[in-house]
Amino acid sequence: MDLGEINPVLLVASLMVAATPLLLAAIGELVVEKAGVLNLGVEGMMIVGAISGFAISVETGSPWLGFIASAIGGAVLSLLFVLLTQVALANQVASGLALTLFGLGFSALLGQSYVGIKPPSMGDIHIPVIGDIPVIGPILFQHDPILYVGIALTAAVWATLKYTRVGLILRAVGENHDAAHALGYKVIKIRIMAILFGGACAGLGGAYISLIRVPQWTEGMTAGVGWIALALVVFASWKPWRALLGAYLFGGITVLQLNLQAAGVAIPVEYLAMSPYIITILVLVILSADKSSAPAALGRTFHASH
Amino acid sequence: MTTPLLSLQGLTKAYPGVVANDQVSFDIGEGEVHALLGENGAGKSTLVKMIYGLVKPDSGTMLLRGQPFAPPEPRAARADGIAMVFQHFSLFDALNVAENIALGMENPPPMGDLAARIREVSETYGLPLDPYRTVGDLSAGERQRVEIIRCLLQDPKLLIMDEPTSVLTPQEVDILFETLNKLRAEGTSILYISHKLEEIRTLCDHATILRLGKNVGECVPSETSARDMAEMMVGSTLQTPERSGRDFGEVALDVSGLSVPSPSEFGTALRNVHMTVRKGEVLGIGGVAGNGQDELLGVLSGEIPTAADAIKFNGQPIGKLGPTARRKLGVLTAPEERLGHAAAPDMSLTENALLTGSVREGLENNGFLKWAETKSFAEKIISAFDVRTPGPENAARSLSGGNLQKFVIGREVLQNPDVLVVNQPTWGVDAAAAASIRQAILDLAAKGTAVICISQDLDELMEISDSFAALNEGRLSAPRETTGLTVDEIGLMMGGAHGMEVAHV
Repeated sequence: MDLGEINPVLLVASLMVAATPLLLAAIGELVVEKAGVLNLGVEGMMIVGAISGFAISVETGSPWLGFIASAIGGAVLSLLFVLLTQVALANQVASGLALTLFGLGFSALLGQSYVGIKPPSMGDIHIPVIGDIPVIGPILFQHDPILYVGIALTAAVWATLKYTRVGLILRAVGENHDAAHALGYKVIKIRIMAILFGGACAGLGGAYISLIRVPQWTEGMTAGVGWIALALVVFASWKPWRALLGAYLFGGITVLQLNLQAAGVAIPVEYLAMSPYIITILVLVILSADKSSAPAALGRTFHASH
Repeated sequence: MTTPLLSLQGLTKAYPGVVANDQVSFDIGEGEVHALLGENGAGKSTLVKMIYGLVKPDSGTMLLRGQPFAPPEPRAARADGIAMVFQHFSLFDALNVAENIALGMENPPPMGDLAARIREVSETYGLPLDPYRTVGDLSAGERQRVEIIRCLLQDPKLLIMDEPTSVLTPQEVDILFETLNKLRAEGTSILYISHKLEEIRTLCDHATILRLGKNVGECVPSETSARDMAEMMVGSTLQTPERSGRDFGEVALDVSGLSVPSPSEFGTALRNVHMTVRKGEVLGIGGVAGNGQDELLGVLSGEIPTAADAIKFNGQPIGKLGPTARRKLGVLTAPEERLGHAAAPDMSLTENALLTGSVREGLENNGFLKWAETKSFAEKIISAFDVRTPGPENAARSLSGGNLQKFVIGREVLQNPDVLVVNQPTWGVDAAAAASIRQAILDLAAKGTAVICISQDLDELMEISDSFAALNEGRLSAPRETTGLTVDEIGLMMGGAHGMEVAHV
């Protein structure tokens, strides 16, 4: 056992990378749930985003186009959820589960000819001056652009929900859709926009795994990150910064336990492997002991009955 | 003759199977308080929804100050100066007062300015309100203020109020009427929908009466008696519930030192509640909603278990027993919330009859259901209580509020309870149905049942109860005999205006 092999700077830097797919998917789902929709299809939208991003960046040679394609891919799949739940008024839980199963199968079909290929690399931004500061530089300022997009998105979602009229209307729709309808807001339209946004975010998160974190394509490579994102939204009490904290905590412990395994710590691997889940849930459960609760209309189908 | 503010001409709206409004015409003048009267299902709500742009009329026209007016959506109606205070508050519990108000405005100012304006307007009209409080924590009276101020901030020409006083204490009603009179003096017209005829007589300048979607008459309320208006509404002579003088038997239900925390986050804990109800007695429990009514019903029904000795039925401690065990003994309850608590909305009336009736009516046989008996029990309720429905196989949801309420109350009454607890037995029920429900309760008491009636309708409590007590923040006042109680005394028992004073300007 040699804990000295663990480089703390690299550890922290890689935890941010490990956390980003989770963060992107969770922020998207947070917006969806704030609008009162429970989309359990996050995993499916992520994996479809992962393959569409991977395929497009391999074909075009541009990781940027790949990420754009992944957002579109995730959103297109969420359109199926829109059709089922907002137009056909189907049950959201069943539709979300179906979306995940469909996404996993469909992505495997799309990705058959992409197994074993290496995607074009995005490359890290090296921000001059502040990127050269020892310790802090490599940790915070030498990452790929999408990682910063994730953080910026968290800030943007937080500010939008808290300070803008759009955010207020979105929260109102998630809180009491009948009242929002009576006041003249277009409940279905707002929910559709939120679901598409959530799909795009999940797609980005998936592509982050296939293009940056791993980077390669294998079937089912999102490996449950979408489900963790769903849990994260709940334990983060639907608060964007808490979702970020939870994602980093989860990413951090995942990376740490991998390092500990590599260093040969005398704890059985199984315990190390389950530690990120347990610790993240524990911390977020303690944090969510305050009064904040779920959007009141979460998961309820809206039908304007006049 | 001056042009009226709003003129409705031949408005018609049909839904599959029912004509909600049939050629309704009337005018609302500038600065007039116009009452819209009618039983449940008479088409009042559909009519105001058309004015507010939520529903489009099939035919007919509306003129606003002589100009054609056909709002495609509520936004357009609001832009033309129509504002509406909803019957079921259209508020968002998790948001604060200022956010709720901003949602009802077209172009709200920044939050800081809005908060200042809310303070200003609320002081001017005697409705003090803190813009940063969370709406879920407010009392019913305060929530209504939020709705009213949301409307007032838009300088409405016409304010529509749908049953505004159903949840207020007498003192709060006075405050509301003062506000409305001030608005009228400023030239705002008000369309006032209510069942409470005495209120309409004191407040309104003119009344239009709807029956089965048709305009059946108009009157000047201050010159018409409440009884005449009620009879125009139902189209027949109205029966006032009769109570015969009766002797009370021994104590049937004895509640002493009952304290329970509330099971829900926004609820009220019960604190040291004492009361006794004798056989044949109707105990009325008043109080503004949210002062522990739901919790009291939960404790009496057995949904919230408590110390065994806190509740005694014929001397036997039943505090720890659940609802089914209590039903077996003869303690029956009918909760307030019809859809979801008293009845399962998507199940048929037969199934709903089974849900509470199986123990006492013997509708089960070793776990197997006796559908034939259940169906005839449901049919018995339907015929005995004049529930208007095509048959017992219809879903509870498909019944109108008043009809479902008759079914829910009838279901308990027909099981011959020894103690019956009802919460808001006539809430949202039209005058004729309310009278028959009250009569059923009185008849039951005359047969020796001890009845506890929790209600926010004081007129109702005065009409049917022998003694009266009020719930205030989970505490129950000492019960007093109803005869000789004055409205002011009742108001004081209910905790005054809950610290809500009229701001003097």
